[in-house]
Amino acid sequence: MNTKLNIHELVPIDVNDYKDVWVLAEQRAGVIMPNVLELLNEGRKLADDLEVDLVAVIAGGSVKSQSETLIHHGADKVIVIESPLLEEYTTDAYTKVLYDAILKYKPEIILIGATAIGRDLGPRLASRLNTGLTADCTKLEIDKEKRQIRQTRPAFGGNLMATIITPDNRPQMSTVRPGVFLKALEKPERTGEVIMEKPELKASDIRTTVKQVVKHTKKIVDLPSAQIIVSGGRGLGNAEGFKLIEEFAEVAGGVVGASRAAVDSGWISQDHQVGQTGTSVRPTIYFACGISGAIQHLAGMQESDCIVAINKNADAPIMRIADYAVVGDLYKLIPMFIEEFKKDPDNKNN
Amino acid sequence: MKIIVCVKQVPDTSEVRIDPKTNTLIREGVPSIINPDDMNAIEAALAMKDANPGSEVTLVCMGPPQADVALREGLAMGCDKAILITDRVFGGSDTWATSNIIASALVEMEYDVIFCGRQAIDGDTAQVGPQIAECLDLPQVSYVADIKQNGDTLTVQRNLEDGYQIIEVKMPCLLTCIKELNEPRYPSMGGIMDAYQQEVEHWTNEKLQIDASLIGLKSSPTKVNRTFTPPAKEPGILVPDADVEEIAKVYKDLKSKHYL
Ligand SMILES: Cc1cc2nc3c(=O)[nH]c(=O)nc-3n(C[C@H](O)[C@H](O)[C@H](O)COP(=O)(O)OP(=O)(O)OC[C@H]3O[C@@H](n4cnc5c(N)ncnc54)[C@H](O)[C@@H]3O)c2cc1C
Ligand SMILES: Nc1ncnc2c1ncn2[C@@H]1O[C@H](COP(=O)(O)O)[C@@H](O)[C@H]1O
Repeated sequence: MNTKLNIHELVPIDVNDYKDVWVLAEQRAGVIMPNVLELLNEGRKLADDLEVDLVAVIAGGSVKSQSETLIHHGADKVIVIESPLLEEYTTDAYTKVLYDAILKYKPEIILIGATAIGRDLGPRLASRLNTGLTADCTKLEIDKEKRQIRQTRPAFGGNLMATIITPDNRPQMSTVRPGVFLKALEKPERTGEVIMEKPELKASDIRTTVKQVVKHTKKIVDLPSAQIIVSGGRGLGNAEGFKLIEEFAEVAGGVVGASRAAVDSGWISQDHQVGQTGTSVRPTIYFACGISGAIQHLAGMQESDCIVAINKNADAPIMRIADYAVVGDLYKLIPMFIEEFKKDPDNKNN
Repeated sequence: MKIIVCVKQVPDTSEVRIDPKTNTLIREGVPSIINPDDMNAIEAALAMKDANPGSEVTLVCMGPPQADVALREGLAMGCDKAILITDRVFGGSDTWATSNIIASALVEMEYDVIFCGRQAIDGDTAQVGPQIAECLDLPQVSYVADIKQNGDTLTVQRNLEDGYQIIEVKMPCLLTCIKELNEPRYPSMGGIMDAYQQEVEHWTNEKLQIDASLIGLKSSPTKVNRTFTPPAKEPGILVPDADVEEIAKVYKDLKSKHYL
């Protein structure tokens, strides 16, 4: 082995030394991210199947106050790792403190949100631990007999699904796509244990300096938690078309989404993009207007409870997955839908 | 400066189709391309070279001998050297093993910056960049959307879902690039001609001597247990030639099923 390489020596492990399911509770500015509740919901099921504890691990500057929320949503224990050096996310600091905690407690499974931070941290941790990491999972199951997690994820832009296992290494690690799983319900009567960990961390361990954190000031497009989404695609023909989509969304009480083609055309900003490279959504109802349904778009919305596609081409791929495939010109049909909403006395958005 | 770009050759997934009869992936005739994010990585490297005359950009790719084409395309854009890491024993590597192999090659080279794409469109893992950084003990910044250089310090914008961070990092370091970073340049005619004259070095494991426990299918911690195409959905309700009445019916239906 090349000694200049920073690869830890491979030591044989006994998989039976590892137990418990961990959820890394990502926080921004001290508040857990909404997708952590999805991880807790899935993690709870895995822990129950394996008859072990579900442990939420939260690192940050001052984050102990989040423990209660984590316990109310399913965690049996919370490990809190606090340090002023963890105030802002840095790869070096977070990798180090979580690596140390993993070596100490030896969890058998770790779930991480497949967010911009989770996908930065996860691979670095897995590499340091010499274990496997399955990216962007959309389904998780336990093989009880082998005590393995079966992780299913899309590949080839969603054209192919693969189920991946990590048979001989521990922990088994997954990043989990936000917006695919349901959120854990709050049970205020739940109690649990809070463990404070004092991390060993020096300023010199951190090789990047966060100079500035900028939040998009405009109202964020809350696609992940939207119950109704009205999306527009290239079929709108021009930026003006989104005025109609906005009107539709407003009267329906929904959020505006878009295909990548619409975003790339400059008709609407990137934060509206639904799909593989945009946001994954799971609303009660998804209106796809002038969207062909490329596999990369479907990857982000096909879990919607009900899909209504409005497209002039009856053979567009979106029509095959739509619950209602409405064929025709969207400029004619959307105003009809708007009219229905408007004359509905039950509609709260009128 | 010495600049390295890791590029992967991938099937153009927008051309991948499912055979409706067998429900399997049709790979024949699917063109191979340089992974889209890696094009942005190449552009970032070339822009840095333009700003620092005398710099050298080296492309590194792990893959089968056919990946030579991808490297020549990168050379045509203006990169100076190309190395193809290729050996049967590397086949079937997961991201852990892949990054062990690529890092084993990079450790033999000089570098100030290593550019990767954020993620490759065949697997969409976004793991190889950070894992190479780990194996080389380098600081990393992922999701890079802007780069400013001041001596040996880079100030980069790292995009997040709800905003961005401005991060300072000293070289050597590894950056993973996203589409928002730049607009990749086109190869020049002369560049294309030259690219086919240039030599692409092939590095096998005879040269790299990586221990078998770190590479290939057998040593990879993750195993693909099963692959399948997503099951087809039950056909929905088709509303051809929709008119006011039909839309009213759809609306009523949606309400009665509590979707609205
Ligand atoms: C790596 C990669 C990642 C990607 N990620 C994403 C992603 O995250 N999200 C995403 O959306 N895409 C993504 N794409 C792009 C994707 O492949 C498609 O190009 C894109 O989704 C197409 O957008 P569209 O459906 O709006 O446009 P088109 O495919 O052009 O479809 C327009 C549709 O509108 C219909 N139409 C036209 N006029 C009318 C009218 N007057 N009335 C009714 N219907 C009309 C047409 O019949 C057609 O079906 C990605 C691609 C790649 C390669
Ligand atoms: N076989 C490979 N050869 C060279 N670079 C690679 C290879 N695989 C991945 N990379 C780099 O790592 C990035 C992320 O890839 P992935 O983790 O596969 O999504 C890519 O954009 C490339 O820059």
